[in-house]
Amino acid sequence: MVTNIGIVMVSHSKDIVKGINDLIQQVAPNVSITYAGGTVNGDIGTSFETVQQAIEENTCHQLFAFYDLGSAKMNLEMAAELSEKEIEILDVSFIEGVYCTAALFEMNADLTVVISELEQLMVK
Amino acid sequence: MIVTKDLTHKWFTLFAEKVIQEKEQLSEYDRIIGDGDHGMNMARGAQQLITLWQAVPPVHLSDVFKQAAMKWISGVGGASGPLYGTAFLEMAKAVGAKEELSNDELVTAVKAGFEGIKKRGKSDIGQKTMLDLWAPAVQDLEKDELTMATLQTALTKTNELKATKGRASFLGDRSINEVDPGAASSKLFFEALIEAGEFGGN
Repeated sequence: MVTNIGIVMVSHSKDIVKGINDLIQQVAPNVSITYAGGTVNGDIGTSFETVQQAIEENTCHQLFAFYDLGSAKMNLEMAAELSEKEIEILDVSFIEGVYCTAALFEMNADLTVVISELEQLMVK
Repeated sequence: MIVTKDLTHKWFTLFAEKVIQEKEQLSEYDRIIGDGDHGMNMARGAQQLITLWQAVPPVHLSDVFKQAAMKWISGVGGASGPLYGTAFLEMAKAVGAKEELSNDELVTAVKAGFEGIKKRGKSDIGQKTMLDLWAPAVQDLEKDELTMATLQTALTKTNELKATKGRASFLGDRSINEVDPGAASSKLFFEALIEAGEFGGN
């Protein structure tokens, strides 16, 4: 059984999130993962619209959100405040954080275990 | 100064026009200490706001702030979208249903915007950000004046700071004596207020 918490990733680059998604699909094919990378036009940057879309497209109501740089976080925060979903934004190292969470969600690990693993990966 | 809807509409329209006019320069500042998209991003939101108001002008005073907030949040992106968007949204909340602001009420609204930027950016004055333009502007407004000289001095002082927040902070000492693009666009925001308003000393 897989967890009912989804994962949202936000990066300045569409290739970064695409790459991480390829990586975590190997360990977590059943977790609901959505992502926003780059601007609406596919350039480097972040856009509120794509972040909001990634949040709403995710099939889960509860989400763990990961980001690469500061402005990705700010757009995530705005989208989270305007969404009805329960969104936890995690200040952890991006790739390791997502990978670890996805793997633990796939095996339906206890949430306290996930949180304690993520605490080891905090960057701020 | 009494702040009406018309004055605020003029203020934000002038700001949007200035942003569009200065977009190359703002992006150039950002290329040096950031990621080079500040002018383009801000100009996109500014153009959307102008287009909206050409079709449907704002009706209430708080509409000006709310509509500017929404265009900045949804149209600008990057860091400046959420930062300016939050500032304008907090200003709209401070204005509430009022249709006219006394000078004290204007100060309260601008301070709410300032606090919004602090909260969203988890930053404070002295870190070479837009806050270093907003803080002296608030101080001036408290005396019912706002001058170009204050804004120019604030920008010059901000240039001299070392960035300790945002992308520019990765540059460390190399950020000293460079222009912070957010401070430069904030200068345009308050210049627009001077031009729209009726202060004594400009």
